[in-house]
Amino acid sequence: MSLELSQAVSGSTAEARRQIEICNACRYCEGYCSVFPAMTRQKMFSDGDITHLANLCHNCRGCYYACQYTEPHEFALNLPAALAEVRQESWERLVWPAPFSRLFHTHGVAIAGMLVAGISALFAWIAALPEGAGDGFYAHLSHNAMVAVFTPAFLLPLVAVAIGLYRYWRDVGAGPITLRDIGNAFASAATLRNLDGGQGQGCNFEREDRYTDLRRWFHQAVLYGFLACFAATSVATLMHYFLDWQAPYGLFTPPKLLGVPGGIALVIGTSGLVWLKMRADPKLGASRVWGGEMAFVLLLGLVAASGLTLYAATGTFAVSSLLALHLGSVLALFLLLPYTKMVHGFFRVASLLAEETKRKV
Amino acid sequence: MNRSELPPRGSWDVIVVGGGNAALCAAICAAEEGARVLVLEGAPKPYRGGNSRHTRNFRCKHDGPLSVLTGTYGEDEYLDDLILVTKGKTDEDLARFTIRASQECLPWMEAHGVRFQPSLSGTLSLSQTNAFFLGGGKALVNAYYNTAEDLDVTVRYEAQVSHIGIEADSFKHVEVSFSGGPVERISAHAVVLASGGFQADREWLVSAWGPAARNFLIRGTPYNRGVVLRDMLDQGCESVGDPTQCHAVAIDGRAPQYDGGIVTRLDCVPFSVVVNRDTERFYDEGEDVWPKRYAIWGRLVAGQPDQVAYAIIDSTSLDLFMPSVFRPVVGQTIEELGEKLGLDPAKLAKTVVGFNAACKPGAFTPTELDGLSTEGIDPPKTNWARPVTEPPFYGYQLRPGVTFTYLGLKVDKTARVQTPSGALSNVWAAGEIMAGSILGQGYLAGFGMTIGTVFGRIAGREAARYVLNNQEIADVA
Ligand SMILES: Cc1cc2nc3c(=O)[nH]c(=O)nc-3n(C[C@H](O)[C@H](O)[C@H](O)COP(=O)(O)OP(=O)(O)OC[C@H]3O[C@@H](n4cnc5c(N)ncnc54)[C@H](O)[C@@H]3O)c2cc1C
Ligand code: SF4
Ligand code: SF4
Repeated sequence: MSLELSQAVSGSTAEARRQIEICNACRYCEGYCSVFPAMTRQKMFSDGDITHLANLCHNCRGCYYACQYTEPHEFALNLPAALAEVRQESWERLVWPAPFSRLFHTHGVAIAGMLVAGISALFAWIAALPEGAGDGFYAHLSHNAMVAVFTPAFLLPLVAVAIGLYRYWRDVGAGPITLRDIGNAFASAATLRNLDGGQGQGCNFEREDRYTDLRRWFHQAVLYGFLACFAATSVATLMHYFLDWQAPYGLFTPPKLLGVPGGIALVIGTSGLVWLKMRADPKLGASRVWGGEMAFVLLLGLVAASGLTLYAATGTFAVSSLLALHLGSVLALFLLLPYTKMVHGFFRVASLLAEETKRKV
Repeated sequence: MNRSELPPRGSWDVIVVGGGNAALCAAICAAEEGARVLVLEGAPKPYRGGNSRHTRNFRCKHDGPLSVLTGTYGEDEYLDDLILVTKGKTDEDLARFTIRASQECLPWMEAHGVRFQPSLSGTLSLSQTNAFFLGGGKALVNAYYNTAEDLDVTVRYEAQVSHIGIEADSFKHVEVSFSGGPVERISAHAVVLASGGFQADREWLVSAWGPAARNFLIRGTPYNRGVVLRDMLDQGCESVGDPTQCHAVAIDGRAPQYDGGIVTRLDCVPFSVVVNRDTERFYDEGEDVWPKRYAIWGRLVAGQPDQVAYAIIDSTSLDLFMPSVFRPVVGQTIEELGEKLGLDPAKLAKTVVGFNAACKPGAFTPTELDGLSTEGIDPPKTNWARPVTEPPFYGYQLRPGVTFTYLGLKVDKTARVQTPSGALSNVWAAGEIMAGSILGQGYLAGFGMTIGTVFGRIAGREAARYVLNNQEIADVA
C-alpha cells in the first residue's frame, strides 16, 4: 500500500514498526486495548497499518508499565510514545494545510497568539459598532453579524478536517462501511471503551503502574460538556430562526439547560486534564507537542469559563469585554480545530470505524 | 501481639530475599499476618521481578469455570500432565499438594491486584489449563509491589544478598550489599529465600553442563546467579533436582545474552528443515506438535557443534507460526540463503534437495499430526514433511536458551528448608530455589508461577506466624 502520501515516511514510523514487531511476537498486552488485536492480524506492517494502529492508541500507557522490555533493556520499548509520535505526525501530514498543523500542534505560544488575535479582533469589532439596537449581548454585536463571522470560521476548518479524514481513510486502507460498523465505532467512542484499560480498571496515565479511572472521567466531562455546549448553541440558532425566540434566554430554556451544565462539565474536565497532564510522565507521549496540547486544553477551558462568566454577568457593565473574551476564544478554538489536539476526536472515531471495517476481513 | 511489643526499630520480623513472584507472595502474606517485612531485591528497580516479569500465565486446577478459565482441570489430569513431562521425576505427594493449592491461588491473586485475560491469540491450547495475566508477568509484579507498599512492606533494590547467617539451626542475619557498597548485616527473626535458580552464573552452568554452556543464551534475568542457593548448600542444606541439568529451549540465535524473554522463541521447527553448522539434519523436526517438543530442542541444539542450528522454510510456511522478534534471513535460492546464514551453500542445497526428494505426496495439516512423513532419509521427518521449494526461502538461526535450572533446596509442605538433621527453625524457601522438589525434569507451561505462588504464600504466612507466635524470640531481640 504505497500511496503518494506515505512518501514522507519518517523515522518515527520506522521506530513504531520496530516496536510493533516486538509486540507482535509477545502479545502480553493483548487485553489492554484494540491496538493489539488489530496488530495480530498480520506479520508485516505497511506505513498505513502503522498509521492505523497509532490512531487506535489513546495513550493509556498500560502497555508501557507492563512491558518487560522498556529501557534500560536494549529493546527499548515505549509503545505509547512511539505511537503518539506517529499519530501526531499523521495529523500534521494529513490535515490540510500541513504547515499550519505543525505550527499549532507544536507551539502552545502560537495557540496563545491566535487567542489574543481572536479576542483583539472581537474587541475592535465591538468597539467599532454603534451602540446597538438589540437586547442582551446583541446590544453589542448583532446576531447576523455573529453568524456572518462564525459560520465560515466553523465550516472552513471542518473542510480542512474532512480532507484530512479522506486522506486518512485512503492511507490506512479501510474497507466499506456498514451501519453496524458505525454503531460499534460510535459506541466505543461514546463510552471511551478503550480508556478503561480493558477491564474497567482504568489507565496508567498519572500514577505510573497503578491504574486509575480519572482520565476517563475527566475526558468524559470534556467530551459531553463540549457536546452539550455545542448543542446549546445549535438549539439557540434554531430557536432564533425558526421560533423567532431570541436571546437572552432564561435559565429554564433549552440553550441554558444544555449550556450551563455543559460549561461546568467542560471547566471541571479541562482542569482535571491539565492536572493529570502535569503529573504524567511526558516521555510516554509525543513530548514535542506537550506545550501545544496543554495550550489547547487551557483554551477549551477558557471558552467554557468565559461563557459561564458571561452568563453570570448578564446585565452588568462587564458584558462587552466578557463577550469579546468569550467570542474571541471561541473563534480561536474553531479556527484551530484542525490544527490542535481537537482534531484527535475526528481521527479517533475514524480509526475506530476503520478498525470495524478491517476486523471483518 | 500488638505493635508496642514488637522488637525495636531497625530489626525486622521477616526478611525476604528476592523480588520475584515467590518473594512478593511471601512478603504480602507475612505482612498481612502482621509482620514487619523487609524485601531485599538484588536487581535495580527497572529490572525488579526476576524471571517472573517475563511470564505470561500460571497453571491452575479448577473444578468448574474459574475467572478466565474454561471447563474443568482436575487434580488427576493436572498430575498426569506433570508426570508426563517430568517422566516421574516428581514428589507425588508434594505435587498433589501444590496442584490442590493452585485453585485457591487464583482468587487470592485477583484480590491482591493481579488481573487475568483470556488466553492470548496463538495459545488456544492453554485456555483450559492456564490463566493469563493481563499485561503479562511485569504487570503482575507491579501489582504485587503496589500491594506490598500498601501493606507497609519495605523494599530495597540493588540489595545483593551474599550470605545467610545461621547459628545452630537458626537464622540470625543476612549479609547484603546495597548498590555495590560494603557488606552489611541485617538481622531478623525469620527469613524467606526466594532468589531463584543459578542460570545466570555462566561459570556454574559450565561446570554443571560442560563448556558448551558458554554458548547458551539466558532467557531471563541476569540477576539469578544462585548466590544464596550455593551459600545454603555450602552450609549443609539438603538439595533436590538434577544439579547438571537446566531447562533449555531453542530460541533465535540473535537474542541478547540475557533477558530476551518470550519474544525470542521460534515456533517454526515443525515446518522446517533443521540443519547444524555442517548443514546436516540431526533430528526429526516433526516428531510431535510443537508445544510438546519445544523443550527438547534446546538440548538438541546444545548437542550440535558450536551449539547452533538453522531452521529453513519456504514461503508457504511463513504464516504458520507466531512471528519472531527478528526478521528471518531471506534468499531467493537455497544457495543464497545458505550464503547469508554463513553455511556452505552447495552443501545446504544438497541437504534440502535430498529432503525434498524424500517427501511423499499427501495432505498437509499444520494444526495436527498429519502423518505426512519422509521416506528413505535418516533421521526421518514424521509429520508435516513438505518439500521446501517455493521461493523466497527463509532461515532462522537457533541457539539454546536457558529458562531455569533444576537444582534447589529441599523443603517440606510448610516450605521449611531441610538439612540432613531436620528442618531449620526459621528459614523458608519458595519459588525456583525449591522447585526441583516438584519439577525434577522437563517443564509444564505455567507451573513455575504456580509453585512460586503456592509456596510463597505458605512461606510468608509460616514465617510471620512463627515470629509473632513466638513471644520470647521477639522479647530477647
Ligand atoms: C522467558 C520466560 C518465560 C517464562 N514464562 C513462564 C510462564 O508463562 N509461566 C510460568 O509459570 N513460568 C514461566 N517461566 C518460569 C518462571 O519465570 C519462574 O518459574 C518463576 O518466575 C520463578 O519465580 P521466583 O520468584 O522463584 O524467581 P524470580 O522471579 O526469578 O525471582 C528471583 C528474584 O531474586 C532476586 N535475586 C537473585 N539473587 C539474589 C541475591 N543474591 N540477593 C537478592 N536478590 C536476589 C532476583 O533479582 C529476582 O528478583 C518463564 C521463564 C522465562 C525465563
Ligand atoms: S508492550 Fe512490551 S509487554 Fe506489551 S506486547 Fe509489547 S513487547 Fe509485549
Ligand atoms: S498506550 Fe494504551 S491504548 Fe496505546 S497501545 Fe498501549 S495499551 Fe493500547
